[in-house]
Amino acid sequence: MKALRKLLDNIKPHVEKGGKFHFLHSTFDAAETLFFVPNTVTKTGAHIRDAIDLKRTMFLVVIALIPALLFGMWNIGHQHFLAIGEQSTLMDNFIFGLIKMLPLIIVSYVVGLGLEVLFAQLRGHEVNEGYFVSGMLIPLIVPIDTPLWMLAVAVAFAVIIGKEVFGGTGMNIWNPALLARAFLFFAYPSSMSGDKIWTSGLTDGLNTLDGFTGATPLAQMAANGQAGTKLAEELTKSNASLSDIVSQVYDKFGYITDAIGAKMSHLDMFIGTYSGSIGETSTLAILIGAAILLFTGVASWRVMLSVFVGGYFMGLLFNILGPETNVYMQMDPLNHLLLGGFAFGAVFMATDPVSASQTSTGKIIYGFLIGIIAVLIRVVNPAYPEGMMLSILFLNTFAPLIDHYVVQSNIKKRLKRVKITA
Amino acid sequence: MGRTITLKKGLDIKLKGKAEKVLVDAVKPKMVAVQPTDFEGIIPKLIVKPGAEVKAGTALFFAKKNPDIKFVSPVSGTVKQIVRGERRRILHVLIEADNKNSYEDFNISDLSSLSVENIKEKLLNAGIWPFIRQRPYAIIADPETKPKSIFISAFDSAPLGVDYEFILSKELDNFQKGIDVLSKLTEGSINLNIDGKADDSFFSKIKGVELNKFIGKHPAGTIGTQINKIDPINKGEFIWYVNPQDVIIIGRLFSEGKFDARKLIALVGSQVSEPKYYNTILGAELNVFNDDALNDKSNRVINGDVLTGIIANGFIGAYNSQVSVIPEGNYYEFFGWIIPRLNKFSMSKTYMSWLMPSKKYSLDTNVNGGYRAIVVTGEYEKVVPMDILPTYLVKACLAEDIDKMEQLGIYEVAEEDLALCEFVCTSKIEVQKIIRDGINLMIKELS
Repeated sequence: MKALRKLLDNIKPHVEKGGKFHFLHSTFDAAETLFFVPNTVTKTGAHIRDAIDLKRTMFLVVIALIPALLFGMWNIGHQHFLAIGEQSTLMDNFIFGLIKMLPLIIVSYVVGLGLEVLFAQLRGHEVNEGYFVSGMLIPLIVPIDTPLWMLAVAVAFAVIIGKEVFGGTGMNIWNPALLARAFLFFAYPSSMSGDKIWTSGLTDGLNTLDGFTGATPLAQMAANGQAGTKLAEELTKSNASLSDIVSQVYDKFGYITDAIGAKMSHLDMFIGTYSGSIGETSTLAILIGAAILLFTGVASWRVMLSVFVGGYFMGLLFNILGPETNVYMQMDPLNHLLLGGFAFGAVFMATDPVSASQTSTGKIIYGFLIGIIAVLIRVVNPAYPEGMMLSILFLNTFAPLIDHYVVQSNIKKRLKRVKITA
Repeated sequence: MGRTITLKKGLDIKLKGKAEKVLVDAVKPKMVAVQPTDFEGIIPKLIVKPGAEVKAGTALFFAKKNPDIKFVSPVSGTVKQIVRGERRRILHVLIEADNKNSYEDFNISDLSSLSVENIKEKLLNAGIWPFIRQRPYAIIADPETKPKSIFISAFDSAPLGVDYEFILSKELDNFQKGIDVLSKLTEGSINLNIDGKADDSFFSKIKGVELNKFIGKHPAGTIGTQINKIDPINKGEFIWYVNPQDVIIIGRLFSEGKFDARKLIALVGSQVSEPKYYNTILGAELNVFNDDALNDKSNRVINGDVLTGIIANGFIGAYNSQVSVIPEGNYYEFFGWIIPRLNKFSMSKTYMSWLMPSKKYSLDTNVNGGYRAIVVTGEYEKVVPMDILPTYLVKACLAEDIDKMEQLGIYEVAEEDLALCEFVCTSKIEVQKIIRDGINLMIKELS
């Protein structure tokens, strides 16, 4: 530690103003502040400052992601061995997942941080910590067999177009990690959709067991919903009674299965032993992360809670308003919260303070609408089985508008006061 | 009858080194300074030259914009030197005290026979006017305006804040006299605001005031918060406010006919060996405390409290009742951002300080991180009990959008009210400077 300090102190004069390598000072600062909290003292205003800084805040989010990451690694192996019908131990699954996962994480961080340092260097700014979190989020929300070059392109897109063109961390409009995911989704649709991409090895033509399905639960439900409606129409033509139609439709399509065709209970969904993007499946692991974020106060409980409430509310609304024969609309609203990227989005994406609403009231409206729109897209638009990504990006766009109206109401209150006293 | 107001938002920062309720006499100052920089927005025009003999109450300089507002010497003696800084800005007018205590005579007059104009004239002539400040803007009150009410905050919720009951109990008569004078200056009420958690038997003896009680954490004791809750300022309205010790000085002028600027100053902070109250005088050199901590270069000496004070340069500031001494924080900390750091305080639960609510800290001046763009939201809102959106106000100030600033309540705030925002900010945004720049922009644009 002392030797390190000495080394840094020796380099410092060369990168300070007037030094030969002054152009490298951003990079040096990034390295120095990684190891040491700097010796800067307050100059204006409050003489003492809270001990929190952006590094610690971001670091805590990364810690909160670890349960989802670990479960995701295990699940990669679990799904893979299920597909080929091999018995595997917990360790087998985990190590398989680790080997698959590590390159994604490394590529994400190397490309992303590289660009961040480059931009900081060009601008002469300090390197921001924002990518600490984005760099971990991105590998967790992609399909496991995403080619590394695609990931690299998506990361570059997210960092440059999503963040740096606006001025860097704190200035961006959309969540960079989701932007990377959206980029992949729209730029390489064939590699980002279908039933084969969610289980490692399938796209390379792995031989699977009979009865194996790699479809995510949401894709199943989207398909079931359509198939069920079709069946109901046919049955209606044959003059079957409504109760008969409903029971037939539900017998055939009213359930979700895991990869080998077993029906999934709420507990299965909660634990997350189904296929999907790496980090999103286990609501349990995500909620452990959520507990860390909420307890430390790093993420906003207003946003998190209202996303879940919004999603449940919309699910319930479909239950009430949707036709009885539409199995997707009639699905237990709780399933919406447990499946796909809903929980992951609510806990780690919607709560991104930069792209979310900033006022307290605004946060509640923002979160609620995310929940509603996510479920709406899922159920109504079969082209997008997962609505969370688009829903959050959509509300990111509208967050400033929501804030605008909250701010206006504060202004109006103040103006009203003048009239009363006048 | 006054009101009782409970505030939920805010933050108490518990520091080591609160002053014991012990009063000692400080050493008699050899040198006293009047510092124009203590008075926000004042451009001084000197009246005296070095070598001039002055009495306590002799005018030294006046405000360029309003020559009626005079600034006087707190002691009798000789003008020693005019210390100037960059661009010849006057930093101090130094007076070598002769310790004869001779005063300018301002006549004792019967308060009931004086008109409002007479009272204002007397306060202006005796150099006491600068102690009366106004909101909006937190600057010296414009004598031409009519305040809708006057506020006195008789409790200090800031870290290591002084106990005004202890201070005022030494001179209750003059405090009452000062209140009587002030009540002539407004048609509205005199709001005396006290800590709702403490016993009110002392303050209930004071007549002619609305006694309001505030229950809550800092910034419950700041004027801006209190005004916002009791009598909020709208565009075109003015409220005046005076520090309790300065009310006593006003009282002395009318009961004794002189500018008697004796004050009780608390020397506080973790670096002070025996934090206590001292009997001294406005503008006295800091040597009068005779404490080694003040000369130690590894300490920071602050005129005022640790959130809003300014770095002292040798003399007691005009408006403060305390001098705080805390350690400088110019050191590196290995992996400080990851390790638990039990000796650090944070509002957030990312540190352990929430587990030890009664622990007292010795905080230093380290920024504890790097300067960043605003990332985390909702922090400021937790420490501002006013009906104001601090983040948006700060952004409006940064954008120099005076319409937005006005709409979002710039008239109601001063930097001290939002000092906690600066303390808690993850991105280390310099909120107080931004707000002051915003206020100064308003003054410039609207004058």
